[in-house]
Amino acid sequence: MFFSIARARLDSQTLSIAAAALLGLSLIFVAGFANATALHDAAHDQRHAIAFPCH
Amino acid sequence: MTSRILSGALIAGLAAGLLAAALNLWTLTPLILQAEAFEGPAHSHAGDGTAHDHGAHDHDGAEGLADAGHVHEDASGLSRSFGTIAMTLVAYAGFGLVLGAGMAAAERAGHVPSARTGVLWGLAGFAAVQLAPAVGLPPELPGTVSADLAARQMWWALCAASTATGLAALAFGRGATTPLLGVALILVPHLLGAPQPPSHEGLVPPGLAAAFATRSLGVAVLSWAVLGALTGALSRRAPARVPA
Repeated sequence: MFFSIARARLDSQTLSIAAAALLGLSLIFVAGFANATALHDAAHDQRHAIAFPCH
Repeated sequence: MTSRILSGALIAGLAAGLLAAALNLWTLTPLILQAEAFEGPAHSHAGDGTAHDHGAHDHDGAEGLADAGHVHEDASGLSRSFGTIAMTLVAYAGFGLVLGAGMAAAERAGHVPSARTGVLWGLAGFAAVQLAPAVGLPPELPGTVSADLAARQMWWALCAASTATGLAALAFGRGATTPLLGVALILVPHLLGAPQPPSHEGLVPPGLAAAFATRSLGVAVLSWAVLGALTGALSRRAPARVPA
């Protein structure tokens, strides 16, 4: 019983860690990699500053 | 404490992002504007290089290269700065969440985060996301000659992921072989080599490019250290229960 509760808690933690990592990576993708023109123009100076490959 | 670490990481990301955006606007944007002044005449030259147009550019060339950048800037200066601030916040929120996810995973293995260990996490993040990629692809100004964009983006992502995994193996690995694996992971992207342009001729003066690269790394190391320290500090448990 105790074991299974601990196990369930562990799994929900794993899920939230994975979700946070995924959300973080997608934010980085939007800020640094996405090609849409409007995005690129807004992000242009920042991409150079953080040294994401640009142009 | 997982959710506490993750929500703290998001807040830390936004705070470090604000710091990075302010430092970028102060130290880096002026260099970008100067570089665009060098880039600009070449562009219009290629576009419709009539003698008249060329003469007009020569006119403001010698004394006002920076001025030319400012003219370009004044038209959309505010929205441009706003874009830089907003997208820096997005980038650092992302950095914070990934860093927080790493710290939360490490916490479950018994490495409780604090402001002190957070600084180390932040510096490791700097090494993975800024320093190691900069070895192959130096931070560059507009107008610099560079290789194919998609190839550089692939190498950048590979280098950041490989360095981060390698550093994690060095920091948390057990046994004799894990550190060796860590060193190998850190070296592999550089042995493969970053995509390079056929030549390094560019429109930007070398001094300007050098100042941009060093300032970019300087801003980044400070912002990442703050990001890590804040993520660690915010992850601390709520005031400990006082024994009755």
